[in-house]
Order: sequence, then C-alpha cells, then structure tokens
Amino acid sequence: MKKILLGNEAIARGLLENGCSFAASYPGTPASEILSSFLQMAKAEKTPAIGEWSINEKVAYETALSVSYAGGRAAVSMKQVGLNVACDPLMSSAYTGVKGGFLVISADDPGPHSSQTEQDSRMMAMMAKIPVLDPSTPQEAKEMIRVAYQISEEFEIPVMLRPTTRICHSRQGMALEAIPAPSLASGFSKDPQRWAATPRYRYTLHHQLNQKIEAIAAKFGEDSYQRILGSSNARQCIISSGVALAHTYDTLKELNLEDQIALYQVKMPYPLQVQTILDELVPFEKILVIEETSPVIELQLAMRGRIKGRLDGSIPPQGELIPDVLVQSISNFAQIPEEKKAPIPGKARRPTLCPGCPHRAAFYAIRQALPQGIYPSDIGCYTLGLNLGAVDTVLCMGAAISQAAGLYHAYRMKGEVPPIVATIGDSTFYHAGIPALINAVHNGAKFILLILDNFTTAMTGNQPTPGLELLADGRRGKAVAIEDLVRASGVPSLTIIDPYQLEEITRAIKEADKVTRSENGGISVIISRHPCLMTPGAGKKQQSYGMQITEDCIACEICFRDFECPAIGLDQESGRARIDPNLCSGCGVCAQVCPQEAIKRI
Amino acid sequence: MNMQIAITGRGGQGVLFLTRILAECALRLGVEVIASETHGMAIRGGSVISTLKVGSYRGPLIRSGQADLILALDEGSVDTYAHLLAPHGALILNTPRSSSSPAIDATGMAAGIGSPLMANLILLGFALKFKKLFCDYSLAESVTKAISPERFREANLNALQLGYSASDPEGDG
Repeated sequence: MKKILLGNEAIARGLLENGCSFAASYPGTPASEILSSFLQMAKAEKTPAIGEWSINEKVAYETALSVSYAGGRAAVSMKQVGLNVACDPLMSSAYTGVKGGFLVISADDPGPHSSQTEQDSRMMAMMAKIPVLDPSTPQEAKEMIRVAYQISEEFEIPVMLRPTTRICHSRQGMALEAIPAPSLASGFSKDPQRWAATPRYRYTLHHQLNQKIEAIAAKFGEDSYQRILGSSNARQCIISSGVALAHTYDTLKELNLEDQIALYQVKMPYPLQVQTILDELVPFEKILVIEETSPVIELQLAMRGRIKGRLDGSIPPQGELIPDVLVQSISNFAQIPEEKKAPIPGKARRPTLCPGCPHRAAFYAIRQALPQGIYPSDIGCYTLGLNLGAVDTVLCMGAAISQAAGLYHAYRMKGEVPPIVATIGDSTFYHAGIPALINAVHNGAKFILLILDNFTTAMTGNQPTPGLELLADGRRGKAVAIEDLVRASGVPSLTIIDPYQLEEITRAIKEADKVTRSENGGISVIISRHPCLMTPGAGKKQQSYGMQITEDCIACEICFRDFECPAIGLDQESGRARIDPNLCSGCGVCAQVCPQEAIKRI
Repeated sequence: MNMQIAITGRGGQGVLFLTRILAECALRLGVEVIASETHGMAIRGGSVISTLKVGSYRGPLIRSGQADLILALDEGSVDTYAHLLAPHGALILNTPRSSSSPAIDATGMAAGIGSPLMANLILLGFALKFKKLFCDYSLAESVTKAISPERFREANLNALQLGYSASDPEGDG
C-alpha cells in the first residue's frame, strides 16, 4: 500500500518498521513531528513501543541510549541546536558504543527557517566519529533506517540520520511495510571496563572506535556512493548528498544537462570510502561538490585544484541551497549562460505573536512598567517579543536567566543597575532554566524574571511540558510545578498573575523592581500564567468578548503598531482601526491598551 | 505528466489541507508526488507557501519561473511568490476585487455560506473548473470526501462544488 507521508512521519514509520522499541525527544522545528508520529503510529498498530518528550535533548539522549545499553533498539530525535545540548553524551557514547541499535536523528535547518544557526550535524557526527546517513527524499529517510540499525548493531556504534527541513516537512507517496514486534531489551550485561571506562580504557575504546569507522567505510562505503545521472561521455561530475542532491537532480534535468554532467549521490557522507571515490573520479575534468551546509564530503576528498565546492566559493558559504541558488552555481560550473537572473522575491510578512497570545500582554506590560529596562529573553514563541521591543537578547535555551545575571554583575561593577527583566517560557525553563536560576540566586544576582507559562511547548506544536499531568502518548504523568522549583531554588519573591489583567501585571512588575532593589532583594520571579490559545480547547475555556472600535478612535495606531495585534489594522475607508473578526480571539486585552478607550468589549 | 504547483496564503487559511488533497489525487493517479510545506516562526497569520511537484521530480522546491500553477489564497502573498510562475503558468487568485487573472472572491463566498474557513476549497473548485490541474473534479471530490474530518465533510464538499460552479467575474465562466 502506498501512502503520502510527511518526512517526519516517514522517519517515525521507518523506526517502527525496523523494530525501534523506545524513542525520546525534545521538540524543536523541524524535528518535532518525529516523536508524536512514532507514538501515534505505535498506538494505531498496537505495538508495545513507547516514547517520551524528555525535559531536554541531553536527557532524551541518555535515556534512549540506556535502552540500547540494555539491548533494545532505540532512537533519539532533535533539531540541530538540540544536538549541541546532547553533545556531551554523543561524544562519550561513540566511545562506549551501544548494544541494541541506536539512532541519533538530528534535523538540520539550512536557511535557517526557525533556528539560531545553520550548523551541519554531519560535522558533529564526524567529530564524534560515528557514521551519518543523509537522505535526499522523505522516502529515502525511511529506507535508510534499516541500514542505519544494521550498521549500529553490527559495529555496536551510534548511527546518525541527518534529515533537513526540506525532508522533514516534505510529503511524498511511499510504500509501507509491516510493523514487526519491537526489538525489546534483552537485559543489561555488566562490563564496567566499557560502560564505566576510566580514562586509560577510554584510550582503548578510542582505538576500537577508529577501527570500527574504517571497517564501516570499507563495508558500506561503496554501496552508499552511486551514480544516478550522466552518460558515458560526461566530462564533468557533481557529487551531492541530502536534499541538495534532489534539487541538483531536478535542476540538471531542467537545464538539459543530465547527459553532460554525471551526478553521484553520497548516502553516507561520513565515513567515506575515499579511495573508491577518487578512482571513480579519474575520468572527469571537473568535479563540483554540492552539500548542505558544511563541506563534509569535500574536506574528506581533499583534492585541491580539481574539486570545486564550498572551499573555493563555487557554492555559497551560507544559506539554503534552494533551486534558485543551485541554478547559478551549476550554470557557472558547466560554463553555460544562466537563463536569466532570478527576480528578487517580494518581502515576506514578518512573524508576529498570534492574536490573543498571552505573551503579547506580558511584553506590553514590561515595556509599560520599566521602559528603561534591559530585556534578556530566550528561545520560543516569545522570541517574537522582539517586535514589541521587549526582547534584547536571544542566545540559546535557558540563557535568558544566566544572561540577566551576567548583565546584573556587569552593571553592579559599574555602580548603577538599570531594571533587568528576563523572560523565559515554561518548557524552556524546565529545559535549561533551572540550573541557571540556581546559579543566579547562589551568586547574588538581582533581576526580575517573568516565566511565561502557557502550559505548553507552543512554538513547536504544543507538546506537553513537565508542568502538566499529560505525557507524550496521552497517559497521565506527574506534574512538577514551576512555583515549587522556583521556591526550592531560593528565590525570595514570587508572584503569579494572569497577563490578560494588564494593569495588575504592570503593577506587579513595578513592585518586583522595588523588591529586587531593596536591601534583602534578589531575584523577583513573576509567573505570567495563561494557556496558549493554540492548545485545543483553550480558547473555548476563556471568556471571549465581541470587540468593537468606536468613533472615538483617532488612529493613534497603538493597538496594532505598539501592541501589534495581527487582528487589528488600519481601515483606509473610515481612517480608524479595524478588527478582523476572523483573526480576533476576543481576548479583550486591546481594550485595556487603547488610550482613547475607543475599543469596547461588547 | 509533470506539473509544479505552488499554494500560497496566510497561516490558518488551509494551504496544507489543499496540498494534502492534491498529493492524494496524484497518488490515486499512480504518479510520483513530492510536496514541501514551510513552517515559519509564526503559527497564525504569517505567510505560508507549499509547493507540490507531480511527476518525475526528486526535490520538493520550485525554482523561479517554473511553476505551472499558483493557487493564491491571500492577495498579499502574490507579491512574495509571483516570481515562481512560469511564463506559460496560471495564477488563480482569491480576491474580493476583479482582476485580470482568473480570480474569485472565495473568502466572500465562504463567509456567505457561513464557513469563512472554506475559502481554500472554493478556490480549488474554481481551479478545477478552469482545468488547470493534473486531476479532474470528480477525483478531487472523492479525495476531499475521504480525507475531510467527518464534521467538516459535507461543508468541504459544498465549498468545492461552489467554487467549481462559480463564474469568473472577468473571465469566460
């Protein structure tokens, strides 16, 4: 049977078709749907495979790895910046190796569409010395899982699957295979020299790892390298991997170059069987390597002069290799005139918080209460508080709190401390905020921290957080309350407020500033708590108002420029603000924002 | 049969649902299909594009000047994505104003039948009427019926029919 699957669904299906018994993840675009699909499909097929949304990627990695240590097939999935968080166990587990097949799925985001970086997880695989497979289509992503588990179990090594955004979020028709019973743990065999190796044995493990990598290249390298276009008289060739290969394939056909340029696909960019490739390349006068994002294949081939690619500027050093970019690079390489310069696309709409988003009210209150403040923030929907002027820094998960502390120390040394108001979401607080908060309290930092608790991991599609009783597969878990964690961290001042009550939260922020600056002050935490309206049913549970703009409106634009509600805009005909009823959530906060009292709840 | 289609709009307008319908139509016709959807930073209200390639393609993205058809649910997104259209390509637009390309006030019509969110199916029905797609109305209808959630099924089919039987304000309908 053929079915249309999203790339992430194809990966989930591939895991189940190959007996994966346990999957763990922390949500992050573009990887988020892998775990949720895995659990939905496992449920639908009634297999005993299980999984979890872990508190962060490092914990997800370590939990899934231990299932493999005990002999079961397991997988961990995350986005590329999540792999940074899991880097510690990644590097170490390459040395210890695994027992049951263990896959690390790290979804890269060239472009970047929704990430802080364009980093290439294949580089991380090369650094850790584990094999990495690079699918060029959703279907291939599913197919590669079989060989990935095979390599992992034969060589007792973690194997990485590296899809990119255009694989994860593409749909393709593909054949489904039966889902067997999962490969469950056989039991943990004690072997302290391996699982608890001291540095001396780590040296031995590194030696074994190097041997494994050589053996994997020898055994699987040849099959992972295939010619897929080009006639026998082709004088030039392109080597490519991942979705860039798919774009290259289409572009060569569209330019009618498919006979003149041979196209090779590399399915396993590391480890390469270099000699086989170099032998194959002898007849070609010119060679171009096209890969996203870093020159992983190109660096391993290391034939300066003959090979073109990122290192000599034939391929742009940053950005997604979309067909419009590739057509220029390939035309230059083949020395054919470009058809015509691609027109510059129009400007995309700038992203904003949803209508009715509780974060908007909280950010507006921060600006109203402490306009001279510095506002460190964090990763999540609320990063869009940038537009509201209430986000000054965004570094990585949890950094809002450590950066607020650093800013405090910097200004304290200088002698005068401005208001510092940090913002962090609930899921991000659990992920990496807790150690940062303990550290800030311990070291005597003073600032205001708003934990924007909307009871969900909103940006990535509303996955549950540890604050809820809901687990990844719908079962009931134990909720761990943010306020208990905050108190246990030694925070002296804690308030919980619904940000829809704009006046109250504004007052609370001003009050928190006074408390923080007092002699026994410290960190004042405000939990700004209101459910995300994208959570199913959340909108229905709250009071919804019909909204009206009266003749008192003077088009001051505060409601849509400063408050930036996407449901409000300027009506050219009346010259007043206008509310789009299709977008308006009826939260009524704009009525509290309007200085003319021209917005009424009806 | 090779065809490259872009579907554009704003988040929440049903771009992805149209993509699913068309991908499923291709599958039923037994032709290869690959589609891409863009998940931006914003969930609601941001501009969205999805591309669908039917036939012997490997990559999901459409290069400038290669789209055979653009279905635009939001006028504002046309400026952003019009460069994708091939010289021979067709742009089918949802707009309350009359325009030179095949156009329909799908949002207005959807509001008229009390389902403002059904503009996507009205636009699809309209495109099918113009025979701009690789599949015909009856196939699209049967797929829509199969993949619509039960509580929307009837309204979805009505909307598709409404678009299919609409006349083009400036055109030949």
